[in-house]
Amino acid sequence: MAEVNLRKVVKRYDEVEAVRGIDLDIADHEFVVLVGPSGCGKSTTLRMIAGLEDISDGDIMIGGDVVNDVPPKDRDIAMVFQNYALYPHMTVAENMSFGLRLKRYPKAEIKARVDEAARMLDISELIDRKPKQLSGGQRQRVAMGRAIVRNPKVFLFDEPLSNLDAKLRVQMRIEIKKVHQKVRTTTVYVTHDQVEAMTLADRVVVMNHGRIEQIGTPTELYHSPATRFVASFIGSPAMNFIPCQIEDAGGKPQIRLSDRIAFPLPAARAARYQKIPRTDKLLLGIRPEHVTEASAHAESGVEPFDAVLDVTEPMGMETLVYFPLHGAQVCGRVNPNAGAQDGAPMRLAMDLNNMHLLNEVTGAVL
Amino acid sequence: MTTITIDKAGPTRKTKYGSMSRDRAWALRWSYFFLVIFAIFFLTPPIYMLITSLKTSAEISAATNPWWVFHPTLDNYIALLTSNQFLRFFWNSAIVSIFVVSITMLISVPAAFALSRMRFWGSTVLGTGVFLTYLIPETLLFIPLFKMFVVIGDWTGIQLINRWYVLLFIYPTLTVPFCTWIMIGYFASIPKELDEAAIIDGASWFQTLTRIFIPVALPGLIAATIFAFTVSWAQFLYPLVFTTSTDQLVMPVGIITTLIKGDVFNWGQIMTGALLGAAPPLIIYAFLMDYYIAGLTAGATKG
Repeated sequence: MAEVNLRKVVKRYDEVEAVRGIDLDIADHEFVVLVGPSGCGKSTTLRMIAGLEDISDGDIMIGGDVVNDVPPKDRDIAMVFQNYALYPHMTVAENMSFGLRLKRYPKAEIKARVDEAARMLDISELIDRKPKQLSGGQRQRVAMGRAIVRNPKVFLFDEPLSNLDAKLRVQMRIEIKKVHQKVRTTTVYVTHDQVEAMTLADRVVVMNHGRIEQIGTPTELYHSPATRFVASFIGSPAMNFIPCQIEDAGGKPQIRLSDRIAFPLPAARAARYQKIPRTDKLLLGIRPEHVTEASAHAESGVEPFDAVLDVTEPMGMETLVYFPLHGAQVCGRVNPNAGAQDGAPMRLAMDLNNMHLLNEVTGAVL
Repeated sequence: MTTITIDKAGPTRKTKYGSMSRDRAWALRWSYFFLVIFAIFFLTPPIYMLITSLKTSAEISAATNPWWVFHPTLDNYIALLTSNQFLRFFWNSAIVSIFVVSITMLISVPAAFALSRMRFWGSTVLGTGVFLTYLIPETLLFIPLFKMFVVIGDWTGIQLINRWYVLLFIYPTLTVPFCTWIMIGYFASIPKELDEAAIIDGASWFQTLTRIFIPVALPGLIAATIFAFTVSWAQFLYPLVFTTSTDQLVMPVGIITTLIKGDVFNWGQIMTGALLGAAPPLIIYAFLMDYYIAGLTAGATKG
């Protein structure tokens, strides 16, 4: 077990910079997820930690030692690949024990470790099968078993669930979390799926264009995103962004969404947004769950308004409603019994206590 | 009861076999047509060889139906299989082929691994270069090669011309490039993650090759082995040029040079010798085909 530190790590392919000087400190036992769209540099970062890619600049430390020039086999890491990468000519047991056999561990210890990992992953009865006789989920368990038996300092996961179907993915997500709770090995996990990131991580690292946009716990990222990218990437359905401006009405600041709709800023937020120049082009960021059906009694900061719904999507426990507002398509989540219908007008309410205000040009959350 | 079942099955059958099956039927007819033509085309020579090998010289030269044996005899077989000279040719061929296959595999498998996996400066150019060497015809190479071995002989005093083992240096110029090329193709089909997993597991390059790549690419390895064996077993031009003494000859050259005396062709024994010479590759094909299991890589990764 060990902490992992990245210091100004850069990866250049000829002219292209895939990773642009990232700093990251991962504590011992921590489960950190790197998340971002494809091409954001998350897999490259993981592969640099593994030693499968050289780093162009900066330092990578595992357990306090700089490992820039240490070959992968001497870094004491284990990696789980997206396509499992099981050795097709070996049985499950041979696959799991390959690394230990190369290091000439005593046979009894190899067997004990393989048996224990197999039990933990519930694959004891598959131990003599070849990979082609296994289903996708079982193969992924074997790949994890191969990592566990080595008892490495760090686990590296490279989109391990992307090849599984949706149902199996949820199940394996839980398995991975359980395994981490048992072995407590420092883990770096790469995914493009923000749900995986949110559910698995102690801390999430959101990456974009080779840079880290924000590091934080899932809750922090969800409730206090630092940039428009993080705000839109985390959460599903994504946060709504509505063009707006701040103006003063009777000495009190209010937020104008369209010619017809303007809401007074809630008292708690008013102070924070006081200094914003009134001419700035702004975006109101509001999550769908904060756009709901209007309730009969008024609440402070929850502002009712009328909208004509474009489309409704009944999800069972809630209904998603989509409507245009000042040129933006806005998504709201309403009670399935609220009577939302395609093309019909509806009285909705926006909970401005949970609003975000973004600079439209820089994308920064204010 | 039975009749009713058949009646019910009738219309179902009609809908089941639609235009797709008509297409398929025509495709099958055409396949059979061409397969039969190819079979006739390729089987006629060996059948003719077999028929001729069972005839006496007198019957061969007689004006009878050449496609029928009137007085079958095994004399040709007995004559060749009891001839020390023929057995010598056979032995020389076998030794040369076995050595050439071994040398080829020892060079081309690591070469293919290095060229396909260990990205180093110039590896792409080298890979293409390997293939280009294969494209140079042997008819263009044999004179310079001969000259080279003469010069080597003059310099070092090691006489290689007219020794069967000179072929061990020459045949690999044909087999190594092609086998390397085949193996590069097979190794390239092995997902990159497999060697990355092995490297992380602590394997060296050599261990990755011997414990992962060779077992996984076994079908390709067998294909390359069969190719190398066939090339060295059937090679004619090089042994004709480089070996002349009868005790140094390999079979294809031996049969021609000893069984054709001036303008006298001993057809019966020539055909017998050719058939006997074709037997080892046939046996090897039949034996190795069982191991030639496609899809050995299935299950390595998704798919």
